[in-house]
Amino acid sequence: MNITLWGVRGSIPTTNPNTKQYGGNTSCVEVVADGWLLVLDAGSGIQGLNSSANVKNSRIDILLTHLHMDHIQGLGFFGPLFNPSTEIHIWGPAGNSQSLRARLGRYFSPPLFPVYFRNLTCKLILHEIEKSNFNIGPFEIQSDYVIHPGPTVGFRIQHQRGIFTYIPDHEFALGCNVNNVKDVRWLSGNELAAGADLMVHDAQYTSEEYQSKQGWGHSSMEDAIQFAELNEVRQLLLSHHDPLHSDEQLRSIQNKLKEKHETTVAFDMAVEGSTIEL
Amino acid sequence: MAYPIELILSRQLAECLDMPVFLTDTVGNLLFYNEAAEDILDKRFEDTGEMDVNEWGTVFKNKDDAGNPIPPEDLPLVKTLMNRLPYHKTFWIESFQGTAQRISVTSYPIIGRGATFLGAIAVFWRSPE
Repeated sequence: MNITLWGVRGSIPTTNPNTKQYGGNTSCVEVVADGWLLVLDAGSGIQGLNSSANVKNSRIDILLTHLHMDHIQGLGFFGPLFNPSTEIHIWGPAGNSQSLRARLGRYFSPPLFPVYFRNLTCKLILHEIEKSNFNIGPFEIQSDYVIHPGPTVGFRIQHQRGIFTYIPDHEFALGCNVNNVKDVRWLSGNELAAGADLMVHDAQYTSEEYQSKQGWGHSSMEDAIQFAELNEVRQLLLSHHDPLHSDEQLRSIQNKLKEKHETTVAFDMAVEGSTIEL
Repeated sequence: MAYPIELILSRQLAECLDMPVFLTDTVGNLLFYNEAAEDILDKRFEDTGEMDVNEWGTVFKNKDDAGNPIPPEDLPLVKTLMNRLPYHKTFWIESFQGTAQRISVTSYPIIGRGATFLGAIAVFWRSPE
Protein backbone atom coordinates (compact mmCIF):
# COMPACT_ATOMS: atom_id res chain seq x y z
CA MET A 1 0.00 0.00 0.00
CA ASN A 2 1.56 3.31 -1.12
CA ILE A 3 0.35 6.53 0.43
CA THR A 4 1.28 9.80 -1.27
CA LEU A 5 0.56 13.13 0.36
CA TRP A 6 -0.51 15.66 -2.28
CA GLY A 7 -1.79 18.30 0.09
CA VAL A 8 -0.99 18.81 3.77
CA ARG A 9 -1.76 22.50 4.30
CA GLY A 10 -4.84 23.58 6.23
CA SER A 11 -7.52 26.11 5.48
CA ILE A 12 -6.21 27.81 2.33
CA PRO A 13 -3.61 27.01 -0.34
CA THR A 14 -0.41 28.73 0.71
CA THR A 15 2.11 28.16 -2.00
CA ASN A 16 5.03 30.54 -1.82
CA PRO A 17 8.81 30.31 -1.44
CA ASN A 18 8.42 30.04 2.33
CA THR A 19 6.22 26.94 2.16
CA LYS A 20 7.87 24.95 -0.61
CA GLN A 21 9.48 22.35 1.69
CA TYR A 22 6.32 21.18 3.46
CA GLY A 23 3.99 22.32 0.72
CA GLY A 24 1.14 24.74 0.34
CA ASN A 25 -1.64 22.66 -1.14
CA THR A 26 -4.70 21.72 0.89
CA SER A 27 -5.76 18.23 1.91
CA CYS A 28 -5.41 15.40 -0.58
CA VAL A 29 -3.89 11.95 -0.12
CA GLU A 30 -3.50 9.18 -2.67
CA VAL A 31 -3.69 5.58 -1.49
CA VAL A 32 -2.74 2.88 -4.00
CA ALA A 33 -2.68 -0.88 -3.60
CA ASP A 34 -3.20 -3.82 -5.93
CA GLY A 35 -4.09 -1.49 -8.80
CA TRP A 36 -6.83 0.32 -6.85
CA LEU A 37 -6.80 4.06 -6.20
CA LEU A 38 -8.34 5.90 -3.27
CA VAL A 39 -8.25 9.69 -3.14
CA LEU A 40 -8.73 11.05 0.36
CA ASP A 41 -10.13 14.55 0.19
CA ALA A 42 -10.06 16.81 -2.82
CA GLY A 43 -8.25 19.94 -1.71
CA SER A 44 -5.97 21.83 -4.05
CA GLY A 45 -3.43 19.01 -3.69
CA ILE A 46 -5.55 16.89 -6.03
CA GLN A 47 -3.91 18.85 -8.85
CA GLY A 48 -0.74 16.81 -8.23
CA LEU A 49 -2.71 13.64 -8.74
CA ASN A 50 -3.76 14.62 -12.25
CA SER A 51 -0.31 13.66 -13.51
CA SER A 52 -0.25 10.36 -11.62
CA ALA A 53 -0.41 7.20 -13.71
CA ASN A 54 -3.10 5.84 -11.40
CA VAL A 55 -5.72 8.33 -12.55
CA LYS A 56 -6.01 6.25 -15.72
CA ASN A 57 -7.79 3.58 -13.67
CA SER A 58 -11.25 2.78 -14.94
CA ARG A 59 -12.53 3.22 -11.36
CA ILE A 60 -11.46 5.85 -8.84
CA ASP A 61 -12.86 6.28 -5.33
CA ILE A 62 -12.80 9.72 -3.72
CA LEU A 63 -13.39 9.70 0.02
CA LEU A 64 -14.29 13.08 1.51
CA THR A 65 -13.93 13.66 5.23
CA HIS A 66 -16.18 16.71 5.02
CA LEU A 67 -17.16 19.46 2.65
CA HIS A 68 -15.24 22.46 3.92
CA MET A 69 -13.72 24.33 1.03
CA ASP A 70 -10.11 23.30 1.67
CA HIS A 71 -11.18 19.66 1.26
CA ILE A 72 -13.21 19.99 -1.95
CA GLN A 73 -11.81 22.99 -3.79
CA GLY A 74 -9.76 20.82 -6.16
CA LEU A 75 -12.62 18.50 -7.05
CA GLY A 76 -13.75 20.40 -10.12
CA PHE A 77 -10.21 20.31 -11.50
CA PHE A 78 -9.82 16.55 -11.22
CA GLY A 79 -9.44 15.37 -14.81
CA PRO A 80 -11.11 11.95 -14.51
CA LEU A 81 -14.43 13.61 -13.61
CA PHE A 82 -14.57 14.64 -17.26
CA ASN A 83 -13.62 11.26 -18.70
CA PRO A 84 -16.68 9.25 -19.85
CA SER A 85 -14.81 5.97 -19.52
CA THR A 86 -14.03 6.52 -15.82
CA GLU A 87 -16.30 5.37 -13.02
CA ILE A 88 -15.92 7.68 -10.04
CA HIS A 89 -17.33 6.94 -6.63
CA ILE A 90 -17.53 9.82 -4.19
CA TRP A 91 -17.99 8.85 -0.54
CA GLY A 92 -18.81 11.57 1.98
CA PRO A 93 -20.98 12.53 4.93
CA ALA A 94 -24.48 13.82 4.31
CA GLY A 95 -25.90 16.73 6.26
CA ASN A 96 -28.81 16.45 8.67
CA SER A 97 -31.20 17.89 6.13
CA GLN A 98 -29.40 17.85 2.77
CA SER A 99 -28.08 14.96 0.75
CA LEU A 100 -24.42 14.65 -0.19
CA ARG A 101 -25.40 15.41 -3.78
CA ALA A 102 -27.22 18.59 -2.81
CA ARG A 103 -24.36 19.78 -0.63
CA LEU A 104 -21.70 19.07 -3.27
CA GLY A 105 -24.00 20.65 -5.83
CA ARG A 106 -23.55 23.98 -4.07
CA TYR A 107 -19.91 23.84 -5.14
CA PHE A 108 -20.64 22.42 -8.59
CA SER A 109 -22.78 25.37 -9.65
CA PRO A 110 -22.33 29.04 -10.53
CA PRO A 111 -21.14 31.37 -9.22
CA LEU A 112 -18.64 29.15 -7.36
CA PHE A 113 -17.95 26.87 -10.33
CA PRO A 114 -19.09 27.08 -13.95
CA VAL A 115 -19.84 23.36 -14.38
CA TYR A 116 -22.93 21.77 -12.88
CA PHE A 117 -22.83 18.33 -11.32
CA ARG A 118 -25.04 17.04 -14.11
CA ASN A 119 -22.48 18.15 -16.68
CA LEU A 120 -19.71 15.91 -15.39
CA THR A 121 -19.13 13.29 -18.04
CA CYS A 122 -17.70 10.46 -15.96
CA LYS A 123 -19.94 7.76 -14.55
CA LEU A 124 -20.52 9.24 -11.11
CA ILE A 125 -21.81 7.33 -8.11
CA LEU A 126 -22.31 9.02 -4.74
CA HIS A 127 -22.28 7.19 -1.41
CA GLU A 128 -23.44 8.80 1.82
CA ILE A 129 -21.48 7.59 4.80
CA GLU A 130 -21.67 8.06 8.56
CA LYS A 131 -20.37 5.52 11.04
CA SER A 132 -19.94 3.04 8.23
CA ASN A 133 -17.98 -0.01 7.16
CA PHE A 134 -17.45 -0.67 3.48
CA ASN A 135 -15.05 -2.40 1.14
CA ILE A 136 -13.35 -0.96 -1.92
CA GLY A 137 -11.23 -3.51 -3.79
CA PRO A 138 -8.57 -4.72 -1.36
CA PHE A 139 -9.41 -2.08 1.28
CA GLU A 140 -11.64 -2.53 4.29
CA ILE A 141 -12.72 0.95 5.27
CA GLN A 142 -14.30 2.29 8.40
CA SER A 143 -15.61 5.82 8.69
CA ASP A 144 -16.85 7.52 11.82
CA TYR A 145 -17.83 11.00 12.88
CA VAL A 146 -15.14 13.02 14.63
CA ILE A 147 -15.19 16.36 16.43
CA HIS A 148 -15.05 19.17 13.87
CA PRO A 149 -17.67 21.75 12.91
CA GLY A 150 -20.31 20.25 10.60
CA PRO A 151 -20.64 16.60 9.62
CA THR A 152 -17.05 15.34 9.47
CA VAL A 153 -15.68 11.81 9.38
CA GLY A 154 -12.27 10.22 9.62
CA PHE A 155 -11.19 7.04 7.84
CA ARG A 156 -9.50 3.84 8.90
CA ILE A 157 -8.21 1.98 5.85
CA GLN A 158 -7.17 -1.58 6.37
CA HIS A 159 -5.20 -3.50 3.80
CA GLN A 160 -3.26 -6.72 4.17
CA ARG A 161 -0.09 -4.58 4.36
CA GLY A 162 -1.27 -2.43 7.27
CA ILE A 163 -3.71 0.05 8.73
CA PHE A 164 -3.75 3.68 7.65
CA THR A 165 -5.82 6.23 9.59
CA TYR A 166 -6.69 9.59 8.10
CA ILE A 167 -8.19 12.30 10.33
CA PRO A 168 -7.05 15.61 8.87
CA ASP A 169 -9.52 17.85 10.72
CA HIS A 170 -10.16 16.89 14.32
CA GLU A 171 -10.36 18.66 17.66
CA PHE A 172 -10.64 15.64 19.93
CA ALA A 173 -9.40 17.67 22.90
CA LEU A 174 -12.32 20.08 22.86
CA GLY A 175 -13.53 20.31 26.46
CA CYS A 176 -11.49 17.29 27.51
CA ASN A 177 -8.44 17.04 29.71
CA VAL A 178 -6.07 15.12 27.46
CA ASN A 179 -3.66 14.55 30.33
CA ASN A 180 -6.29 12.66 32.27
CA VAL A 181 -7.86 10.27 29.79
CA LYS A 182 -8.61 7.05 31.60
CA ASP A 183 -10.94 5.44 29.09
CA VAL A 184 -10.13 5.82 25.40
CA ARG A 185 -13.70 4.90 24.46
CA TRP A 186 -14.50 8.53 25.31
CA LEU A 187 -11.99 9.83 22.77
CA SER A 188 -13.37 11.05 19.49
CA GLY A 189 -11.72 9.04 16.70
CA ASN A 190 -10.55 6.26 18.99
CA GLU A 191 -11.90 3.38 16.91
CA LEU A 192 -10.37 4.81 13.76
CA ALA A 193 -6.92 5.29 15.24
CA ALA A 194 -6.49 2.29 17.54
CA GLY A 195 -3.30 0.44 16.67
CA ALA A 196 -2.83 2.08 13.27
CA ASP A 197 0.50 1.60 11.50
CA LEU A 198 0.33 5.11 10.10
CA MET A 199 -1.89 8.04 10.94
CA VAL A 200 -2.17 11.41 9.23
CA HIS A 201 -3.74 13.69 11.82
CA ASP A 202 -4.68 17.30 12.27
CA ALA A 203 -1.96 19.30 14.04
CA GLN A 204 -2.61 22.82 12.86
CA TYR A 205 -1.47 24.72 15.93
CA THR A 206 1.24 24.80 18.52
CA SER A 207 -0.12 24.36 22.04
CA GLU A 208 0.30 28.10 22.63
CA GLU A 209 -1.66 28.97 19.48
CA TYR A 210 -4.37 26.47 20.39
CA GLN A 211 -5.24 28.42 23.53
CA SER A 212 -6.87 31.13 21.44
CA LYS A 213 -8.25 28.76 18.79
CA GLN A 214 -10.27 26.36 20.93
CA GLY A 215 -13.50 25.37 19.22
CA TRP A 216 -12.14 26.07 15.74
CA GLY A 217 -12.08 22.34 15.03
CA HIS A 218 -8.35 21.64 14.97
CA SER A 219 -5.73 20.07 17.21
CA SER A 220 -2.48 21.24 18.62
CA MET A 221 0.60 19.26 17.64
CA GLU A 222 1.13 18.20 21.24
CA ASP A 223 -2.44 16.92 21.49
CA ALA A 224 -2.07 15.06 18.20
CA ILE A 225 1.01 13.28 19.55
CA GLN A 226 -0.84 12.42 22.74
CA PHE A 227 -3.82 11.17 20.73
CA ALA A 228 -1.47 8.87 18.81
CA GLU A 229 0.10 7.63 22.04
CA LEU A 230 -3.27 6.95 23.66
CA ASN A 231 -4.32 4.96 20.62
CA GLU A 232 -1.01 3.13 20.26
CA VAL A 233 -0.37 4.39 16.76
CA ARG A 234 3.01 3.37 15.34
CA GLN A 235 3.78 6.33 13.08
CA LEU A 236 2.19 9.77 13.05
CA LEU A 237 2.36 12.47 10.42
CA LEU A 238 1.32 15.88 11.70
CA SER A 239 -0.77 17.53 9.02
CA HIS A 240 -3.14 20.35 8.12
CA HIS A 241 -0.30 22.83 8.64
CA ASP A 242 -1.42 26.29 9.56
CA PRO A 243 -1.19 28.63 6.54
CA LEU A 244 0.78 31.08 8.69
CA HIS A 245 3.52 28.54 9.45
CA SER A 246 6.53 28.86 7.16
CA ASP A 247 8.94 26.02 6.43
CA GLU A 248 11.41 27.53 8.85
CA GLN A 249 8.83 27.70 11.61
CA LEU A 250 7.65 24.13 10.99
CA ARG A 251 11.25 22.87 11.10
CA SER A 252 11.88 24.71 14.33
CA ILE A 253 8.62 23.52 15.90
CA GLN A 254 9.37 19.93 14.91
CA ASN A 255 12.84 20.11 16.47
CA LYS A 256 11.41 21.45 19.70
CA LEU A 257 8.69 18.80 19.76
CA LYS A 258 11.26 16.04 19.31
CA GLU A 259 13.41 17.46 22.11
CA LYS A 260 10.42 17.82 24.41
CA HIS A 261 8.54 14.58 23.79
CA GLU A 262 9.80 11.20 24.78
CA THR A 263 7.25 9.10 23.03
CA THR A 264 6.76 5.65 21.62
CA VAL A 265 5.20 7.18 18.52
CA ALA A 266 7.46 8.02 15.58
CA PHE A 267 6.22 11.42 14.48
CA ASP A 268 7.14 13.90 11.78
CA MET A 269 5.64 16.80 9.94
CA ALA A 270 3.75 15.70 6.84
CA VAL A 271 5.50 16.77 3.64
CA GLU A 272 3.67 17.39 0.38
CA GLY A 273 4.78 15.01 -2.36
CA SER A 274 6.16 12.39 0.01
CA THR A 275 5.21 8.73 -0.30
CA ILE A 276 5.02 6.24 2.54
CA GLU A 277 4.96 2.53 1.82
CA LEU A 278 3.18 0.22 4.24
CA MET B 1 -16.22 -0.01 21.38
CA ALA B 2 -15.98 3.78 21.32
CA TYR B 3 -18.96 5.92 22.22
CA PRO B 4 -20.83 7.84 19.52
CA ILE B 5 -19.55 11.35 18.97
CA GLU B 6 -22.80 12.82 20.28
CA LEU B 7 -22.27 11.15 23.68
CA ILE B 8 -18.61 12.15 23.73
CA LEU B 9 -19.51 15.79 23.08
CA SER B 10 -22.30 15.63 25.68
CA ARG B 11 -19.82 14.40 28.26
CA GLN B 12 -17.26 17.01 27.30
CA LEU B 13 -19.87 19.74 27.65
CA ALA B 14 -20.92 18.34 31.04
CA GLU B 15 -17.31 18.36 32.21
CA CYS B 16 -17.21 22.09 31.54
CA LEU B 17 -20.44 22.90 33.40
CA ASP B 18 -20.86 23.86 37.01
CA MET B 19 -24.36 22.42 37.26
CA PRO B 20 -25.05 18.77 37.96
CA VAL B 21 -25.36 16.74 34.77
CA PHE B 22 -26.06 13.01 34.44
CA LEU B 23 -25.52 11.25 31.12
CA THR B 24 -27.14 7.87 30.46
CA ASP B 25 -27.35 5.36 27.67
CA THR B 26 -30.68 4.38 26.13
CA VAL B 27 -31.70 2.11 29.03
CA GLY B 28 -30.60 4.40 31.82
CA ASN B 29 -27.16 3.09 32.70
CA LEU B 30 -25.21 6.04 34.04
CA LEU B 31 -22.34 6.62 31.63
CA PHE B 32 -21.03 9.79 33.23
CA TYR B 33 -21.77 12.40 35.87
CA ASN B 34 -19.83 15.60 36.30
CA GLU B 35 -18.14 17.10 39.33
CA ALA B 36 -21.20 19.15 40.27
CA ALA B 37 -23.28 15.97 40.20
CA GLU B 38 -20.86 14.18 42.52
CA ASP B 39 -22.18 16.29 45.41
CA ILE B 40 -25.73 15.16 44.76
CA LEU B 41 -24.81 11.52 44.28
CA ASP B 42 -22.33 11.65 47.15
CA LYS B 43 -19.99 9.60 45.00
CA ARG B 44 -17.07 10.42 42.75
CA PHE B 45 -17.12 9.34 39.12
CA GLU B 46 -13.46 8.50 39.36
CA ASP B 47 -14.35 5.95 42.05
CA THR B 48 -17.53 4.49 40.62
CA GLY B 49 -17.04 4.74 36.87
CA GLU B 50 -20.15 3.90 34.93
CA MET B 51 -23.08 2.68 37.02
CA ASP B 52 -25.73 0.15 36.16
CA VAL B 53 -29.27 1.53 36.04
CA ASN B 54 -30.30 -0.70 38.97
CA GLU B 55 -27.41 0.56 41.05
CA TRP B 56 -27.69 4.30 40.63
CA GLY B 57 -31.48 4.25 40.34
CA THR B 58 -31.71 3.27 44.01
CA VAL B 59 -29.32 5.88 45.40
CA PHE B 60 -32.16 8.35 46.06
CA LYS B 61 -35.65 8.15 47.49
CA ASN B 62 -37.84 10.47 45.45
CA LYS B 63 -40.74 12.26 47.14
CA ASP B 64 -43.25 14.96 46.27
CA ASP B 65 -43.86 18.10 48.33
CA ALA B 66 -46.30 16.19 50.52
CA GLY B 67 -43.71 13.53 51.26
CA ASN B 68 -45.31 10.84 49.11
CA PRO B 69 -42.97 8.54 47.16
CA ILE B 70 -42.82 9.23 43.43
CA PRO B 71 -42.98 6.09 41.28
CA PRO B 72 -40.04 5.73 38.87
CA GLU B 73 -42.27 6.07 35.82
CA ASP B 74 -43.14 9.63 36.91
CA LEU B 75 -39.51 10.78 37.06
CA PRO B 76 -38.34 13.02 34.21
CA LEU B 77 -35.34 10.94 33.18
CA VAL B 78 -37.31 7.69 33.17
CA LYS B 79 -40.02 9.34 31.07
CA THR B 80 -37.41 10.71 28.68
CA LEU B 81 -35.93 7.27 28.21
CA MET B 82 -39.37 5.77 27.65
CA ASN B 83 -40.81 8.42 25.36
CA ARG B 84 -37.68 10.11 23.89
CA LEU B 85 -39.08 13.50 24.86
CA PRO B 86 -37.93 16.25 27.25
CA TYR B 87 -39.47 16.49 30.74
CA HIS B 88 -39.14 18.69 33.78
CA LYS B 89 -40.24 18.17 37.38
CA THR B 90 -39.53 19.58 40.83
CA PHE B 91 -39.44 17.13 43.73
CA TRP B 92 -37.48 16.03 46.77
CA ILE B 93 -34.62 13.58 46.78
CA GLU B 94 -33.45 11.90 49.95
CA SER B 95 -30.12 10.13 50.13
CA PHE B 96 -29.52 6.96 52.13
CA GLN B 97 -27.92 9.17 54.78
CA GLY B 98 -31.31 10.86 55.12
CA THR B 99 -30.31 14.21 53.66
CA ALA B 100 -33.22 15.70 51.73
CA GLN B 101 -33.05 18.43 49.14
CA ARG B 102 -35.60 19.96 46.82
CA ILE B 103 -34.48 19.83 43.23
CA SER B 104 -35.76 20.44 39.75
CA VAL B 105 -34.75 18.01 37.05
CA THR B 106 -34.73 18.76 33.35
CA SER B 107 -34.14 15.79 31.10
CA TYR B 108 -33.90 15.49 27.37
CA PRO B 109 -33.10 12.73 24.91
CA ILE B 110 -29.93 12.67 22.84
CA ILE B 111 -31.07 12.15 19.29
CA GLY B 112 -27.98 11.91 17.13
CA ARG B 113 -27.34 12.10 13.42
CA GLY B 114 -29.67 9.93 11.40
CA ALA B 115 -32.31 10.40 14.14
CA THR B 116 -30.60 7.75 16.25
CA PHE B 117 -31.64 7.61 19.90
CA LEU B 118 -28.40 7.41 21.87
CA GLY B 119 -29.25 8.19 25.47
CA ALA B 120 -30.38 11.01 27.72
CA ILE B 121 -29.18 13.94 29.78
CA ALA B 122 -30.60 14.94 33.16
CA VAL B 123 -29.68 18.32 34.58
CA PHE B 124 -30.41 18.85 38.29
CA TRP B 125 -31.17 22.30 39.65
CA ARG B 126 -31.30 23.02 43.35
CA SER B 127 -34.75 24.41 43.92
CA PRO B 128 -35.88 26.89 46.61
CA GLU B 129 -37.92 25.15 49.34
